[in-house]
Amino acid sequence: MSYTAATIQLLSPEGSLVDSDAGAEYRQYIDELTDDQLREFHRQMVVIRAFDMEATNLQRQGQMALWVPSLGQEAAQVGSAFATRPQDHIFPAYREHVIARIRGVDPVDIIRMMRGVTHGGWNPAEHNNLHIYTLVIGSQTLHATGYAMGVKFDGASGTGDLDKDIATVVYFGDGATSQGDVSEALIFAASYQTSQLFFLQNNHWAISVPVTRQSPVPLYLRPSGFGIPGVQIDGNDVLASYAVSRKNLDETRVGGGPRFIEALTYRMGAHTSSDDPTKYRTNAEVQFWQERDPIARFETYLRSLGADDAFFAELAEEAADVAADTRKRTLEVVPPPNEFIFQNVYSEPHPRIDEQREWLAQYEASFGSDA
Amino acid sequence: MSIETMPLSKAINAGLRKAMQDDPKVLLMGEDIGPLGGVFRVTEGLSAEFGTGRVLDTPLAESGIIGTAIGLAMRGYRPVCEIQFEGFIYPGFDQITSQLAKLTFRHEGALSMPIVIRVPYGGHIGAVEHHQESPEAYFAHTAGLRVVSPSTPNDAYWMIQESIASNDPVMFFEPKSRYWPRGEVDVERNPLPLHATAVAREGSEVTVIGHGAMVTTLLQAADIAAEEGTSIEVLDLRSISPIDWEPILASVRKTGRLVVAQEAPGFVSVASEIAATVTERAFYSLESPVLRVTGFDTPFPPAKLESVYLPDADRVLEAVDRALAY
Repeated sequence: MSYTAATIQLLSPEGSLVDSDAGAEYRQYIDELTDDQLREFHRQMVVIRAFDMEATNLQRQGQMALWVPSLGQEAAQVGSAFATRPQDHIFPAYREHVIARIRGVDPVDIIRMMRGVTHGGWNPAEHNNLHIYTLVIGSQTLHATGYAMGVKFDGASGTGDLDKDIATVVYFGDGATSQGDVSEALIFAASYQTSQLFFLQNNHWAISVPVTRQSPVPLYLRPSGFGIPGVQIDGNDVLASYAVSRKNLDETRVGGGPRFIEALTYRMGAHTSSDDPTKYRTNAEVQFWQERDPIARFETYLRSLGADDAFFAELAEEAADVAADTRKRTLEVVPPPNEFIFQNVYSEPHPRIDEQREWLAQYEASFGSDA
Repeated sequence: MSIETMPLSKAINAGLRKAMQDDPKVLLMGEDIGPLGGVFRVTEGLSAEFGTGRVLDTPLAESGIIGTAIGLAMRGYRPVCEIQFEGFIYPGFDQITSQLAKLTFRHEGALSMPIVIRVPYGGHIGAVEHHQESPEAYFAHTAGLRVVSPSTPNDAYWMIQESIASNDPVMFFEPKSRYWPRGEVDVERNPLPLHATAVAREGSEVTVIGHGAMVTTLLQAADIAAEEGTSIEVLDLRSISPIDWEPILASVRKTGRLVVAQEAPGFVSVASEIAATVTERAFYSLESPVLRVTGFDTPFPPAKLESVYLPDADRVLEAVDRALAY
């Protein structure tokens, strides 16, 4: 399953703007972007790719139990993340590293999770409403929908004020679309007419199972049965991701009802560091998507706008610095104290937890100060 | 003192109304809980009184109800979800155990999950499959959840309000065979904290303990035993997780004998936990092994056999006799 006649593409794989009837309504959002904003899109994509590759290396060197690469999906993520407004709430799955970074999360906090020192990593309230990762596939779509219901009940969306109305965005993948929770989230969102964007990154593979097993029809058609309009974009086109997300977010935030975007992209790496994609997919397929790389095409576009070698050289240096800093700080991450096991299991005192905390402390103390 | 007489279902209704009056962030969610008032009429009148914005007749999807309640709690609401019958809770099991129960831990305390899940449970109502079970042990096994079950209208009135006030998720198991009998409710004075075990009847020779509808059976057994000259102390567990051990241990230290009864299957159950812990902590006070009287380790049978499956006073007394024979 790849591009269809309905796929919105604003920037071709060759790096030139596409003039199409389907894309016309989104062009104004691109025209409003400054050169600095466009360069920031690129900067984020390049830096996160360097971070992601360094994280993969760290996992291979035994510094993490697992890594979840975002390689290849940078445009879908960067474009949609920059389309959000500060008041928006974002519920990621677990591969949205650059979205987290754009909303102020230190990417090493993602590594901490994979390094086994936390199940969360950050407080959404202190990180521009970027909620924590959810590992169970699709569960977060319901949390996002409930959050958006609360926003609506509070009158914090649907007033018509673009700078105040809150939109809620939830990210999920093609595999997740088969989960009951995703269908239930679409049902609740439609019933309560939430100000919400369902952002599906169709990276074509749910570990080893192709998207064709999840759905015989393009996934952007799925929400229409729930009464939610869906649109398909070239997810490797950062301009399409930005413009289509921006338009849908602003329409949903002022009360236009929930929206759904299917971003066609490709997971260039493994599902996680634990799998071997050569067992289930062809080199030809990987090659096809390699030729549609999100970063290469955007570099061509930026050069056509006047970005010079110095800009790209400086950016490469910044990306290398971030990777080196990631390595350095990953190696400095230390395990939490034993006490962590018992903290925050409950919000209020709990006798069984208190007893077990005390028991462990006494047990540890029984070995004496030499232990 | 202000005493009103009402059935347990109405006591929960009154407790919900009070909680909704006290805190505008409390909202109810569930299937058929609006104009119908729920299949057991527990929420009767609340939709008319508080509006459809606070009493949400949701789509028919348990995972959706729990999952969106989580999002609402993240937004600052205090949702009270009704699961129509205990046998329908499993589509929501993942959201309860993998999400709701663990989100405070996962967030390292940055957020709380003040959600109550009301679950009508238990047999004695002659209903079809999935309408008479007792799944409380699944939830008691999950860290992050609190699990309670009232047995009287007075406890129901207060415990629902305390559960809603809790910043932790509470599984609130309602003994549906006790929905209709009336009892006294003191609407001014809260008798006990949410997680306290209560002495329902004092006695001296054997302690029997249970929760929910089983407490009624235990009191019947104590009445019969008294006529036969045996003094039974009846404890109402009230809180399944955490368990309030001290009143249980104090009673066992006094009587030396303990029988634990429940409708649920006995294998790896609340009764198992009580038996193990009492044995660990009151070994030298015990005159006999802790005995369990439970549902069989079978599916809940068709209703014409429920009186065979569910422990009654005679089965409790059979265990009491065995305990006394040691």
